[in-house]
Amino acid sequence: MGYCPNTPDDIREMLAVIGAGSVEELFSSIPAGLRAKSFDLPPGMSELELTRHMKEKAAACGADVVPFIGGGIYDHFIPAAVDHLASRAEFYTAYTPYQPECAQGTLQALYEYQSTICRLTGMEASNASLYDGGTAVAEAALMSLRITERHKVILDASVNPLHREIVTGYLHGLSAEAVQVEPKGCASDLDRLMAAIDGETAAVIVQSPDFFGNVQDFRDLAQKAHEHEALLIVSCYPIALGLVASPGEMGADIAVGEGQSLGNPVSFGGPYFGFIATRKRFIRNLPGRIVGETIDHQARRGFVLTLQAREQHIKRHKATSNICSNQSLCALRGLIFCAALGKKGFEELALLNYDKAQYAKSQLASVKGVDLLTRGATFNEFTLSLPTDASEVVQRILEKGVAAGVPLGRYYQGMEKALLVTVTEKRSKDEIDRLAVLLEEALWS
Amino acid sequence: MAKFFTKEHEWVEVAGGQATVGISEHAAHELGDITYVELPKIGRSVKQFDTLAGIESVKAASDIYAPISGKVVEVNQALDEAPELVNQGAEAQGWICKLEGVDEGELAALMDAATYSTYLKGL
Amino acid sequence: MELIFERSVSGRAGVRVPLSDVPKAAPLSEALRRQEPVRLPEVSELDLVRHYTNLSRRNFSVDTNFYPLGSCTMKYNSKINENVGGLFAGCHPVLALLPGGENLVQGPLSLIHGLERQLAEITGMDEVTTQPLAGAHGEMTGIMVIAAYHKARGDNKRKYVIVPDSSHGTNPASAAMAGYEIVTVPTAPYGDMDLDLYRQAMNEEVAAVMLTCPNTLGLFNPHIAEICAIAHEAGALTYYDGANLNAILGKVRPGDVGFDVIHVNLHKTFSTPHGGGGPGSGPIGVRGDLVRYLPTPRVVRREDGGFTVEDHPEGIGRVSDFFGNFGIMARAYAYITMLGREGLIEVSEQAVLNANYMMARLKEEYELPFDQTCMHECVFSAVRQMEHGVHSIDVAKYLVDRGFHPPTVYFPLNVKEAIMIEPTETESRQTMDAFIEVMLEAARLARENPERLHEAPVTTPVGRLDETRAARAQQVCCE
Repeated sequence: MGYCPNTPDDIREMLAVIGAGSVEELFSSIPAGLRAKSFDLPPGMSELELTRHMKEKAAACGADVVPFIGGGIYDHFIPAAVDHLASRAEFYTAYTPYQPECAQGTLQALYEYQSTICRLTGMEASNASLYDGGTAVAEAALMSLRITERHKVILDASVNPLHREIVTGYLHGLSAEAVQVEPKGCASDLDRLMAAIDGETAAVIVQSPDFFGNVQDFRDLAQKAHEHEALLIVSCYPIALGLVASPGEMGADIAVGEGQSLGNPVSFGGPYFGFIATRKRFIRNLPGRIVGETIDHQARRGFVLTLQAREQHIKRHKATSNICSNQSLCALRGLIFCAALGKKGFEELALLNYDKAQYAKSQLASVKGVDLLTRGATFNEFTLSLPTDASEVVQRILEKGVAAGVPLGRYYQGMEKALLVTVTEKRSKDEIDRLAVLLEEALWS
Repeated sequence: MAKFFTKEHEWVEVAGGQATVGISEHAAHELGDITYVELPKIGRSVKQFDTLAGIESVKAASDIYAPISGKVVEVNQALDEAPELVNQGAEAQGWICKLEGVDEGELAALMDAATYSTYLKGL
Repeated sequence: MELIFERSVSGRAGVRVPLSDVPKAAPLSEALRRQEPVRLPEVSELDLVRHYTNLSRRNFSVDTNFYPLGSCTMKYNSKINENVGGLFAGCHPVLALLPGGENLVQGPLSLIHGLERQLAEITGMDEVTTQPLAGAHGEMTGIMVIAAYHKARGDNKRKYVIVPDSSHGTNPASAAMAGYEIVTVPTAPYGDMDLDLYRQAMNEEVAAVMLTCPNTLGLFNPHIAEICAIAHEAGALTYYDGANLNAILGKVRPGDVGFDVIHVNLHKTFSTPHGGGGPGSGPIGVRGDLVRYLPTPRVVRREDGGFTVEDHPEGIGRVSDFFGNFGIMARAYAYITMLGREGLIEVSEQAVLNANYMMARLKEEYELPFDQTCMHECVFSAVRQMEHGVHSIDVAKYLVDRGFHPPTVYFPLNVKEAIMIEPTETESRQTMDAFIEVMLEAARLARENPERLHEAPVTTPVGRLDETRAARAQQVCCE
């Protein structure tokens, strides 16, 4: 069953070569007292039975719900080529490219990925991926502590709340502090963020579009941070970067984000990938693997894992991070996604998201009793205020097979009536119109 | 001027109250091609045998310990662009930094060149 | 091969973006807009497909080559798991957090709960969380749980974590990220962590000891119960790094032996593909009192038999955005479910048989520093070949020329010129024999024609690459 190919004859002959009487004898170095006290698992299944079993589970996974939910994870169209190419077994059944001559496929792809991330974010050096968006923000925070040799970061509370929880957890053990600055209404309080920066600040961490959907301008914040020799860390949504100013253009020192929207399915929470990119001068402080270009003895171009002396397998407890396995295959999907859309397509995709969300905004905000909380610029998400508890409304609409949005009361005190709505290019005008009708019904009938 | 060596393969040479510090030829050879030297910050004070700097090759990373107490007054900035200078002359143009306010009495805890050479043979 | 960017032709389009069915909106203000479109490649879909198909052919992989990479458990990744793992692609994780949403996602929630129960039984732990996204992430999570445990008891003096010198680099790195200082205990001549030195290192300031068993030499440490007892006596906890769990499925359970926290690598033991370096998945399991400190949220069974997502208020907080790398978890769940009890026991038995066969056949030509029955992997040293100026890296590169992915070389660090071979249970005797022949051939060439080994590989798209140049130039993206 365990895909074990050796026949009884093979096993007999192998034992003879080893000089052992039985397979069990090979386990004789394990003292009897240490043997498993239980191993109570059911018998195995055939492929057919397993397929039925798994299809049953998959039938109950809400895949037919029309999602107007995002909050960091987005339902975007994935070109067929992404699945086909990333499903090449030469990619997905390979290990980390430690032997570069027989891993040029993975290495070159990761180099192209790093180049893509740099171009998206306006940065100069990217690593080969991190686990997810939340851990990427946390790694960026740790990176800023190393660079500045300070112990405090300022964390805008309009950064994704799940990401903030991860950041505070990561900093906790290191006796470093994350000072959170609450939003003003449904937007970052830029004045208070600026005022919070001082000579002890390692970095200010902000997000655009933020968790409420606002597209923000951080140029003044960057300047203020740099006056205090603090860094600006900007978490960004890569699809939005087809349209909105990049972290690099805003003056950020580190750009991070959740890469899922680039060609990775929502898949109940993963696998996705986190990305991190920075200025060239901070490259040695990046966590995780980095691919670099070089040549062989015949001057042929090739790619290797480089600057490995930062990493755990060499520097052990002094490494820039403990990360070893990353999300290479998901990063590959991200790369292929970007290349499939190309320069023009990527911009068109971003514009389409923007236009659809703007349409939805106007339709939903005109429902009786509904107001727009994010009154400034947004990308494909915005926050509404409802006349009643948003959780109840979402629950009512969910019964009709539509996930109307994310109620924000769970994340922000006093925002029980706020609803975060996401509209990707996959939502049709009809679906948007239907949501407006369902919202009206849920509120008033 | 005489060089003195630590067991961790740093060297120091004191002249006019100022100490020049580097890693030994032996250490540079063991590390292989040096790819990066993490220079100390100017103005930093270190105690003898504290971590002073860092050095990396492709497959290894090592700390460089202060062979003598003192305050960093100068670093070999050329190593930023050309870390290979350490391979070319670890005990000459590949020096790491200069310290001031040193106590030559601390040299007693180190090895002179002859003793260091014997020490290397025993490794 | 050229880069995808170098194939770009201005004006060429790939995948078509859908047409808009809504009115054009007023544009974003200038200050918020990107100044220029992202410089992505402009290629046709065929360009794209050829480029990445041809790139993939520049890789060795389990599906194309024997891949006996020690410590990495490069077993076959069965295709059925790919099929069923993808069934949940359209399930949005935020649905589970919406009011009334959990009823729509009972399938994936039951799968998470089911996998947690499977792993708890396999490892002998009370509860498991699937949140950690890779092995090292599991280690950090596990050490954070241990820190929370000590802290809750008001025991604030513990600031050290003990690791053996042969441990994976992630162990000390993970403990350091959780705020601990590291004490390293050397390996004794018998191949395991030196028990006396360990005893001396253990005291009331130690929070935990982290161990891999079988260790990185592929040896089962018969003293693990004693090591655990010594830790517990001093009030410290014990951490089991599950990297080598493939050797002991059904034979030993870390929980029975006295380990308090474990992580397992689903991408090693439970056959999920490595993806060229990830995604992995590193669930952790804990015993007794530690359950309350597991990260939030938890998937728990409701009274009506269904499943719900609960906050875990006493826990260490959140370590990843949702429930872990779900797609990977689904593959591992499928693997465990399909193999069942007997299948999993067979995995370990055949993995250990294959490793011992490899060891028996190679030890005449290659130095075996610890000549005893091994578990799932064996570690040789190329010291004999060194007499002819041949190093383990040369043997490794020659194997590439002969179509085999090399074993792990230069790890563990406590073996000079290490060659670490882990065949896994999914390889046949015939495949191993072919590999062994080439290894013996390399040993012969080391004596007779070392130059051939030094110039290897010659069959690959590039020869040995200048890593020093890469590290100095720091060219990590194209202009």
